[in-house]
Amino acid sequence: MNKTIDRSPSLKKVPLRYCPGCGHIIIHRLIAEVIDALNIRERTIGIAPVGCAVFAYDYFDIDMLEVAHGRPPAAATGMKRVRPDSIVFSYQGDGDLASIGTAEIVHAANRGENISVFFVNNATYGMTGGQMAPTTLRGQVTTTTPKGRETGTAGYPLHVAEMLAALEGPSLIARTAVDSPANVKTTRDLIERSFRCQLENKGFSMIEILSACPTNWNMTPSQSTIWLREHMMNEFKLGVFRDAGKANVTRG
Amino acid sequence: MKGNEALAEAAIQAGCSFYAGYPITPQNEIPEYLSRKLPAAGGTFIQAESEVAAINMVYGASACGARAMTSSSSPGISLKQEGISFLAGAELPAVIVNMQRGGPGLGNISASQADYFQAVKGGGHGDYRMIVYAPYNVQELWDLTLLAFDKADEYRTPVMVLGDGILGQMMEPFEPTPYVRPLLPEKTWALGGCVNRQPNVVRSLYMADGELERRNGLLQEKYRTMKARDVLYQTYDVGDAELIVVSFGIAARIAIAAVRKLREEGWKIGHFRPVTLFPFPERQLRELAGPDRRFMTVELNAGQMVEDVRLAVNGRSDVLFYGRPGGAIMTPEELYERLKDELKG
Ligand SMILES: Cc1ncc(C[n+]2csc(CCOP(=O)(O)OP(=O)(O)O)c2C)c(N)n1
Repeated sequence: MNKTIDRSPSLKKVPLRYCPGCGHIIIHRLIAEVIDALNIRERTIGIAPVGCAVFAYDYFDIDMLEVAHGRPPAAATGMKRVRPDSIVFSYQGDGDLASIGTAEIVHAANRGENISVFFVNNATYGMTGGQMAPTTLRGQVTTTTPKGRETGTAGYPLHVAEMLAALEGPSLIARTAVDSPANVKTTRDLIERSFRCQLENKGFSMIEILSACPTNWNMTPSQSTIWLREHMMNEFKLGVFRDAGKANVTRG
Repeated sequence: MKGNEALAEAAIQAGCSFYAGYPITPQNEIPEYLSRKLPAAGGTFIQAESEVAAINMVYGASACGARAMTSSSSPGISLKQEGISFLAGAELPAVIVNMQRGGPGLGNISASQADYFQAVKGGGHGDYRMIVYAPYNVQELWDLTLLAFDKADEYRTPVMVLGDGILGQMMEPFEPTPYVRPLLPEKTWALGGCVNRQPNVVRSLYMADGELERRNGLLQEKYRTMKARDVLYQTYDVGDAELIVVSFGIAARIAIAAVRKLREEGWKIGHFRPVTLFPFPERQLRELAGPDRRFMTVELNAGQMVEDVRLAVNGRSDVLFYGRPGGAIMTPEELYERLKDELKG
């Protein structure tokens, strides 16, 4: 079968320089599709993080800002406040958002900034070569946890969605994954809901997306899909954790 | 109105529409004033969670075309350095105010000029500079703040207003001259949605072969233009002076008082006050240098600007230093005695 689906116009027709099996590619496509479905391409400004997705500004065919490691929620705050009619999203990895940028994400969420955050959790630092991330699983071997993550010295996997859902500021907080067609569909829907939150001035939303990193997990793409399902999803439950008043609805 | 409040009002007059900052003494009057007045003027005030967040909020607001400012004092300015480097690299305008206090570390909260090197040599990582204005009274806090926003936009660069704890707290009469907007280029690079144009990208990452060196070349070109066009300074009685005191900001007020007294007594002494610390008045100092003349920098630090004066005069004159570090301050009388000793030889 040779059927290919064309890219949505908000994603440039250039090669995306990600490894085979990398979740960033799928997530880029989904974001672009939703931008075009909602017809907001000419209103949208994206933020590229420091991480594997740093070149997102070469891939999305929209206005883009590159921001220092971990600071996108602060920059997005400045952008949205001076351009309230723009649709502002930040795209961040787990090192960016859950480690160096914890203060910025917590306070942007707590202020209820009217922005969308797409948080790609691949349980490792991809760009710098597979070191431990705050979301690295217990016992997971990385280049800086050669014996596996030991909670006694390296702490526990950080549950960002649950943490932010405990705040009063956010409108929508959810965790999803891009491991199966069904979950890809759910992810697309949640991305759309996040943008709609912004369009309807409902305030802050964050969609955490579990995503594979076969290269740094030392696996084939199909092995990594299985590992994501069997191990990551066991630690990080999928679901909607906060939905404007409807708090802590969990599934899966 | 305190110096800090005059500065804050000048920012509003200059069309600053976005401010983010984190509390720190001795500059709290700036965020407090702006929290009262900026929203009423149609702008945004945010008390950020940290200085790091504040400078990145300014980065975002500026990238979207707004005139944006942050303010802090020494320890907080240290935290902003990464953000300032990004502003310089991404060529984004912004105004950064540092009302300096004593350091290193938490130091103390009295006036200091110990952040001179940090301000004029770049401060953060990478080869960059920013225009640094050193006001010495409330009038200049007003005037130079107005100018800072224009220069930031003209050059697409961060600009620093470098004051200190005394200047910010000082109350004295000044003329709030109306802001007149000069002709400035349209911000066609700003983000805001790609309506009827190609998407804009604002970044400081340049990975392609040779690309970053070319970008650095453009930045250096900009700094050369500033050096040629934007130097500001003031001289007092330098014509026949055998000793020229060089000082800026609050130290210049003290020094000028001492120099005037000595002049009245007939000593051949003058004063040179750099108003821009970058671009530094190198040429102007060099032209004043000669074997029959000495310079003495007077600073509230352990000797920082003295290095730039030595570079400027390049061995043509002796350059001495008198200073008080650690938030200590000299009196005009103390300085008078010190200068008189020097003049007596
Ligand atoms: C201040 C700063 N510290 C460290 C780095 C180096 N660095 C670049 S990307 C990165 C982590 C990337 O991991 P993540 O955010 O999880 O994104 P991924 O690459 O996995 O998509 C680090 C530590 C940097 N660029 N800036």
